[in-house]
Amino acid sequence: MSPRRQAPDVATPSAAEIDASTPGGGDALLEVDHLVKHFPIKSGILIDREVGRVPAVDDVSFTVRRGETLGLVGESGCGKSTLSRTIMQLIKPTSGSVRFDGRELVGLSARRMRPVRRELQMIFQDPYASLNPRRRIAQIIGDPLALHGVRSGAERQRKVQELLERVGLSPEHYNRFPHEFSGGQRQRIGIARALALEPRLIVADEPVSALDVSIQAQIINLLDGLQDDFGLTYIFVAHDLGVVRHVSDRIAVMYMGKIVEIGPADAVYGNPIHPYTLSLLSAVPIPDPRQNRAREQIVLEGDVPSPADPPAACRFHTRCPYATEICAEVEPPLVDHGGGHWAACHHPLDREHREAVAAVVPSAS
Amino acid sequence: MSGKPLLQMEDLRVQFHTDDGVVKAVDGISFALERGRTLGVVGESGSGKSVANMTILGLTRASNAEISGRIIFDGLDLMTLDPEGLQAVRGNQISMIFQDPLSSLHPFYKVGRQLVEAIEVHQEIDRKQASRRAVELLGLVGIPDAERRAGEYPHEFSGGMRQRAMIAMALANDPKLLIADEPTTALDVTTQAQILRLIERLQAEFQMAVIMITHDLGVIADVADDVMVMYAGRVVEAGTRDEIFYDPQHPYTWGLLGSLTRIDRPRTSRLAQISGQPPSLISPPEGCHFRPRCPHSFDRCSQTPALEQRSITPGHLDRCWLEPPRKQTLRVVSTGDIGLEDPAA
Repeated sequence: MSPRRQAPDVATPSAAEIDASTPGGGDALLEVDHLVKHFPIKSGILIDREVGRVPAVDDVSFTVRRGETLGLVGESGCGKSTLSRTIMQLIKPTSGSVRFDGRELVGLSARRMRPVRRELQMIFQDPYASLNPRRRIAQIIGDPLALHGVRSGAERQRKVQELLERVGLSPEHYNRFPHEFSGGQRQRIGIARALALEPRLIVADEPVSALDVSIQAQIINLLDGLQDDFGLTYIFVAHDLGVVRHVSDRIAVMYMGKIVEIGPADAVYGNPIHPYTLSLLSAVPIPDPRQNRAREQIVLEGDVPSPADPPAACRFHTRCPYATEICAEVEPPLVDHGGGHWAACHHPLDREHREAVAAVVPSAS
Repeated sequence: MSGKPLLQMEDLRVQFHTDDGVVKAVDGISFALERGRTLGVVGESGSGKSVANMTILGLTRASNAEISGRIIFDGLDLMTLDPEGLQAVRGNQISMIFQDPLSSLHPFYKVGRQLVEAIEVHQEIDRKQASRRAVELLGLVGIPDAERRAGEYPHEFSGGMRQRAMIAMALANDPKLLIADEPTTALDVTTQAQILRLIERLQAEFQMAVIMITHDLGVIADVADDVMVMYAGRVVEAGTRDEIFYDPQHPYTWGLLGSLTRIDRPRTSRLAQISGQPPSLISPPEGCHFRPRCPHSFDRCSQTPALEQRSITPGHLDRCWLEPPRKQTLRVVSTGDIGLEDPAA
């Protein structure tokens, strides 16, 4: 922690506390506790001096239960991608804990992490950059199998063809190169690769944002079907609020490295408590002209502040229409609002506020 | 509507000769746009929406391009203009803003200086006046502390600020037409809302016509007066905003509407997706280009349907052979919404 940062005024809840208040108790597959990732800002020609820190992920706690989808939304730079990579141990956290199926991942050596990687897979945003252009599809999907002990070539080929079929590609395309496929098809290849080792948790970082709407729908339906068939657990990271709502059981909203609201999907969208969540929802253009005209939009002033120098106390107070003095002085902790719905705000929205801005999200699914 | 439309496009065709064959990027587009109105052009990658609009400004005139048709702007035939003639129109009477504001601004020059240049190209004024105008424009698009900001470089601006600077530049010479090609696609939702409100305010203030090109039907519902839906180089449906959203005639439009994940509707278990992929523009299918992906296609679809009025609403055009009364039942999926294929079936 940099010296000028103060400790939080009230302790933030742990993953177990958030989980305990959420109904429908299932056992947690992943527990993230007080996770912190600060990137140093360095300066100097010969000797690197640390001149500051970017708190990309700052004291984040949540759980993901077996078979559920947790959606992670927020705008660019809010730390959602850093958080997902820190969970995967692709980025070493500054502090905190990540437990997968009861096992602590933070601090594991690369060798001891390897067997865990089988069970934790990732799907990336860019279907062009995430596939090696010089390797054939058979190799791209088959390599993880080879690495994890499927020695026989015939066995691998059979497995790869099965996977291709399952993600909606023709098994005969086995020997092709990535450039022979369209964006949507490449994303299917990325999904097949992630599935190859029969993982239990898949972290999907903006898996559909590079795709056209009609292809987006195909991939979302595919991920949905796979979850049912294989009992997968997803962390679904995206900036598109409609996509996240469609796929998620629970949703966490991030702003400048913090979770500002988390809860069941319908509660977070239908009854947002944090003004930031409400302003995000009200900014989404609705593909229905009459509804669009009928509702009142909250247009936030200004830009997201520099992540290297976040506002003190509540980080949203500089843009928040409801901010008062306390918001600049005391950091609001995540507080339980019932039914597993938590929010970090001194002025939680009540029904009146929400109706006044005519949020159009129906609360029942 | 009084007098002639501001912009009239007649049977525009743009083809590119490549090593793999002839790419028919735009395959016969016609439309008219009145002063002060907003035309939304919606379509997916490769539908020809950008190429058609770049052709208005002569930006597709390449050695391998073959362009035909007519584009009449304010009485001027743009297709017959030489590069110098076009230069006089471009950035002056017609301006364009693009998706990526960072690659549209020169990284080596201060933002203010780039604005001054845009002004000086088209106006006879001295440097001092141009500088003053540049600061004024930055203020107009909502950049705080415009005087200081004019002396900064593009990398010192955030994404939203850069797009504001691009809009300021586009407005520098009071254009009659603004072509916005995915202007908010690279931006976050809260910034997108700011930029859309800004374009709307400026449009009302300056009586500009706007062509808004986007893949986002939410943006279209928000800003467009009229809408053109494009697929594989052709317009498949055109009408007013409400006609397209509440009485869509073409199965592709149903498919687009059904594919959306919407926050304003109860969640569905599956999306009414469009199967398959868009066709190759080198060898598109005979007849209706959407035929291979359309679950409702029949024999007649191997002939190309013309873009004409088939529903009962004058001015609402589509390219689909299905009988209009049948369409009303075919397009409704089990949720009561519009979609192409029923995901529950």
